[in-house]
Amino acid sequence: MRRVSPRTAQRIVVSIMWLLAAATVGTLVFIIAFILVHGVPHITWEFLTQSPVSMGRKGGIFPMIVGTAMVAGLAVIIAAPIGVATAVYLTEYTRESRITAVIRFGADCLAGIPSIIFGLFGFVFFTITLGMGLSVVSGALTLALMVLPTIVRTSEEAIRAVPYAYREVSYGLGSTRWQMVTRVVLQSALPGICTGIVLSLGRSISETAAVMLTAGSALGLPSSLFDSSRTLALHFYILSREGVSMSNAYATASVLIISILVLNVFAYWLMHKLVRKPR
Amino acid sequence: MIDGSIMLRLCLAALLVAIGAGCGNSQSHAVKVVGSTSIQPFAELLAEQYVAKNPTLGVEVQGGGSTAGLQAVANDLADIGMCSRLLKAEEEGQYTPTVIARDGLAIVVNPENSVEALTTEQLQGLFSGKIQNWSEVGGEDGPVRPITREEGSGTRESFVHLVMGKERISRRSLTQESNGAVKELVKGDSAAIGYMSLGLVGPELRMVRIDGVEPTAGNVIAGTYKLARPFLFVTKGTPDVDAQQFFDYVLSDEGQQTLESEGLVRAQ
Amino acid sequence: MKQDKLIALALLMVAFSAVSGLALITVFIFKEGLPIIVKTGPGNFFLSSDWDPSSGNFGIFSMIAGSLAVTLCAMVIGTVFGLGLAIVLGEFCPPGLAAILKPVVELLAGIPSVVYGFVGVVTIVPLIRTYLGGPGLSVLASSIVLGIMVLPTVTSISMDALRAVPRTYWQGSIALGATKWQTTHMVMLKAAKSGIAAAIILGMGRAVGETMAVIMVAGNTLEVPHSILDPVRTLTSNIALEMGYASGQHREALFATGVTLFVIIMILNTIALAMARRGAGEGRTR
Repeated sequence: MRRVSPRTAQRIVVSIMWLLAAATVGTLVFIIAFILVHGVPHITWEFLTQSPVSMGRKGGIFPMIVGTAMVAGLAVIIAAPIGVATAVYLTEYTRESRITAVIRFGADCLAGIPSIIFGLFGFVFFTITLGMGLSVVSGALTLALMVLPTIVRTSEEAIRAVPYAYREVSYGLGSTRWQMVTRVVLQSALPGICTGIVLSLGRSISETAAVMLTAGSALGLPSSLFDSSRTLALHFYILSREGVSMSNAYATASVLIISILVLNVFAYWLMHKLVRKPR
Repeated sequence: MIDGSIMLRLCLAALLVAIGAGCGNSQSHAVKVVGSTSIQPFAELLAEQYVAKNPTLGVEVQGGGSTAGLQAVANDLADIGMCSRLLKAEEEGQYTPTVIARDGLAIVVNPENSVEALTTEQLQGLFSGKIQNWSEVGGEDGPVRPITREEGSGTRESFVHLVMGKERISRRSLTQESNGAVKELVKGDSAAIGYMSLGLVGPELRMVRIDGVEPTAGNVIAGTYKLARPFLFVTKGTPDVDAQQFFDYVLSDEGQQTLESEGLVRAQ
Repeated sequence: MKQDKLIALALLMVAFSAVSGLALITVFIFKEGLPIIVKTGPGNFFLSSDWDPSSGNFGIFSMIAGSLAVTLCAMVIGTVFGLGLAIVLGEFCPPGLAAILKPVVELLAGIPSVVYGFVGVVTIVPLIRTYLGGPGLSVLASSIVLGIMVLPTVTSISMDALRAVPRTYWQGSIALGATKWQTTHMVMLKAAKSGIAAAIILGMGRAVGETMAVIMVAGNTLEVPHSILDPVRTLTSNIALEMGYASGQHREALFATGVTLFVIIMILNTIALAMARRGAGEGRTR
């Protein structure tokens, strides 16, 4: 058999690769388009601002939007300070040691745990052991734990990217370490930190399994943090599975996808701000 | 830099507003109704009408399943439990059950399937895996794909109680977690057979006669269609005032009419 | 500087919340799940396929087999396509196009799993049922859906690994007269292999742990699958399907399913972390 010349081999392999890549991107675009094409025509102002009528067959998704904002928002409000503080400790207040190795290992492992395990844990710990019931708080605490590693990781990267000279100047002007961290380092790293927070918000919004076991599925508008609330992702799941109303299911999914899209674009924009910042 | 911190504050402010909006109107005491996913849609409908008539009162309906509902009531996590099967002997002492409606279990197949009637024994064979080909029960040659509900579902437990007896549902049966999912699957698969709430069967499925009796609300009332089960509202002792008021609404003529129009059979 | 020490101490305590969270999760999952494994006997629990909670039989072998089958097939799809995309984006694509495509791929990691599951049910499942036979809900359907879901993870971590390879390698190889493809597969992929392995294993972790999408497309039977057209139940879908209803021993057995999943994930994570660290080490020393 004659050997194929390297150039021909390259041409063949690279075309296959391009084909694979095109198929991949095509599939992804298809998924988003499939949902949006079926869903967007059904999104109206009433759909966004009204409560569901007759089990979600008619009416809107207002309580789910509020519920999602409460659960995901609270999760991020809880996780962000903890995550940023962890990152500050790891970067500014200590040297690499066994302790930082343990903290990093903890965060890395937490990042890999599947959401259903978080759900099981949240269910037995927050809902039952701490007596919070199926509620916004249980869901938010569970999600906070889930997104914590992302916030730690992105904040750490953002803080490390702050040029060392900034710190030296700050010290030179006589500030304490805490002043240096809060006024110089965190200010400069803010876009990067926000990127992580926004991405975590996106992840909280799209989570289903963990929320199902901790926040419950009540249809009404939650009147306090201890009420159960159905999030958009879970509402979509229930609508599509129960076959209640396909048009409302598609519309709910479209609202979800559009929110995720907006958050991602926002995060991307923030990240670019970080990159383009003068050094 | 300044931009960034303004951005962050805006984000936080927006979130707080969103949360605050949710916290604003606190209600006195929402009646918590938890349990069977088969009853859940009907209870949500009743709750919706009830709250529309009594805007100051709240009702919170939660799924989870019949058994979970009973437990929630036992642990005071819920005022009312929804149970879509008969109480087991060991449960009977603990709770006060009230029948709010009756529901038939419809046996559904794909419209392309030529089988129109089955006996209870044949049904048992189809779900236990003893009958593997539709030709054994008068259909066309082809495999049988039974579709069951998940362990713990009231619909499944009623089906096992009414049809299976001592036999076990085959491990090969596909398991779906809701009436709607069973419906979608049977709709698309000509080899499938499933069971679901009579009230939720749509025109895209064909119901099978069981022991010669047509599955209709009338036959459930007459007692000739045997695959029927109660929908129960379960409380621990006497319910409190708020719960009792919702209870009364459900059993009122208006509540019962709502259930009837959704395809269920009145409690009496 | 006393204040400084206090702040450091406070931060240290906060920094341990991730670790304590992990510890709490481990303790509670094991506390709830281990007793039933001991009671049933590990042999019966892990090696029997007889799962019948109402008569007290708890054997999860079919689900372990199901999870493995689905994950392995998903990884074949995810790796071929994910790595292919990473190579194209990293080495062959005009930078402008890559700058658009990479965020698009990363966006996909953010789409809710229920959406993937749903699209799978309405598109892939009927296709398999019509053209390949069987119920449609199957190992194959789940693998395709999961393969697509893990793709962003595989692509983005592989790209990072490829980018971490010093550019001089590339330049050196091209200067010696190698084609771009020869350089890619003989030099770049070899140099980045630990990082790519980490990407695949992390993707595997995602696939094993995915829940909602799998419930919708896997069919959830209790048999060990014999072909890729057979339906299966995975460890995750077993938990999510039955958790709402479970009480007593049944609930414990579901937590024990969680314990099994947890151990599998921890093993995969540890391997991936070690690989990633080795990859990073290789990049630095050379």
